Amino acid sequence: MTLNSIPLSRLAGQATGIEASSVTPSPVAFDVRDLNIWFGSHQVLFDVALQVPARAVTAIIGPSGCGKSTLLRSLNRMHDLVPSARMEGRITLFGEDLYSKKIDPTLVRRRIGMVFQKSNPFPTMSIAENVTVGLRLNGLRKSDLLQERLETSLRMAALWDEVKDRLNAPAISLSGGQQQRLCIARALAVQPEVLLMDEPASALDPIATAHIEDLILDLKKEFTIVIVTHNMQQAARISEHTAFFYLGKLVEFDTTTKIFTTPAQKQTEDYVTGRFG
Amino acid sequence: MAMFVLALVVLVGWKLFQGSQLTLHKFGWRFLVQSDWDPVNENYGALPFIFGTFVSSIIGVLIALPLSVGTAIYLTELAPNWLRQPVMMLIEMLAAIPSVILGLWGIFVMVPWLRDWPFPFLKKTLGFTPFFQGPIYGVSILAAGIIIAIMILPIITSVSREILRSVPDSQREAAYALGATRWEVTRIAVLSYAKRGIFGATMLGLGRALGETMAVTMVIGNRPEIAKSLFAPGYTLASAIANEFSEATTEVYLSAIFELGLVLLLVTIVTNIVAQLLIGNFGVGKRVPAGH
Repeated sequence: MTLNSIPLSRLAGQATGIEASSVTPSPVAFDVRDLNIWFGSHQVLFDVALQVPARAVTAIIGPSGCGKSTLLRSLNRMHDLVPSARMEGRITLFGEDLYSKKIDPTLVRRRIGMVFQKSNPFPTMSIAENVTVGLRLNGLRKSDLLQERLETSLRMAALWDEVKDRLNAPAISLSGGQQQRLCIARALAVQPEVLLMDEPASALDPIATAHIEDLILDLKKEFTIVIVTHNMQQAARISEHTAFFYLGKLVEFDTTTKIFTTPAQKQTEDYVTGRFG
Repeated sequence: MAMFVLALVVLVGWKLFQGSQLTLHKFGWRFLVQSDWDPVNENYGALPFIFGTFVSSIIGVLIALPLSVGTAIYLTELAPNWLRQPVMMLIEMLAAIPSVILGLWGIFVMVPWLRDWPFPFLKKTLGFTPFFQGPIYGVSILAAGIIIAIMILPIITSVSREILRSVPDSQREAAYALGATRWEVTRIAVLSYAKRGIFGATMLGLGRALGETMAVTMVIGNRPEIAKSLFAPGYTLASAIANEFSEATTEVYLSAIFELGLVLLLVTIVTNIVAQLLIGNFGVGKRVPAGH
């Protein structure tokens, strides 16, 4: 089942995305070029260029308001939903232009799962319904298949053992950490190629955070993960690559080890050593 | 302030209770289930009025609900920003039309039109059911239901809109992130979150429909009968009180009118309490205009 869950397009994409920079020797998932984003007349991202490697964790760090959430939301076209947002540049996923006119944004979002800062399960649905809602949206009706995906997704989100006896209980009966893992299971159930996480553990206690981090380390074997985080230790613990943003500009992008030990830019060093931000 | 309102409602209720002592003792529960309303022989039963009140109100709600919720969805989820405020203002203006004006329009414009076009059509297509049979007078329970729908449309729309607006954006985002289309987002994230509140808005509309008097009196036909057909004239509690209190020359007659009032008050209070409880859970209760 876990093998089945790797979409073909991802395997195909790996072959095409090899023109990576020196920073990213592994296949490229997202290739961001000359990205500029405005909200109204206010520019929030300036000429961002970034290549996100596949099947690895890429952390995006930086002080509040540096544009890191906006970048994340541009990757799955969520920021399209803000009426005043305007974007220039090019973002491809495994070689495919995500902003091509021929592409339906809802299909882009189907391929790219997202987990939010605050867990947001559907409160009127049960645990099971929350996990399978995306599949049912896609028109999947066969109950044995839904059941199978339900279990696989909950297992991948490390939640199965805790909820297997009460799958029909309301989702809001779970604890905060469990709700966030439920949201991860919900995102995984539609078998996305990439998982975007916007400070997924910032509202959780240390134990629940540790759960989520273990989970991320597990998931990166199969998924490309981009995570926005405020927590420098977290970035250091879980990511292979780190991008540091400041005032809407990408200051530095390199392996996490390099960013945290011998950064090339003074600003990066000041930030990771806690001198500002 | 709240205590004052409560005291006022209790006082009104008590006066109605006192005023209806005679019929309460004479008929007891029979008053509610008897269908004769015969002032000449001093025999009073409220069933035709209760029937007319509920049937016309329920027709009104059934017509108004899909229109109102549809409008509320359009206004919160779909319409461009610049259009939202003007459309809502138009709908709220509907609520500002005096009931008697709407009644006049109803009797001189709507009822003749209904009699000539939609009613014969309904009779032809749905005439095999008992609800669309018999002679068409124009004035009828169905006409009353339609007038009620127009009158409760603004309140159900504006309360539903508040409820939909109180659905957190994180819910919409959750659905969008799963690749839902706009309509799917509305269905799985917005409507399912808001359904209790919308039910509350409906109950609020029902509460208003039950007590609606003037316009209904003008188009319902005012005949205390229980007919299966919606084309038949009917009578409501509120219309009966308005029409007959001046003719109530005997004490028993007056007492019967008071008891109709008591029944109406209890029914509307219960409906409104249920509505407020349902809406209150959404934290928008305070912005809801209180009943009628």
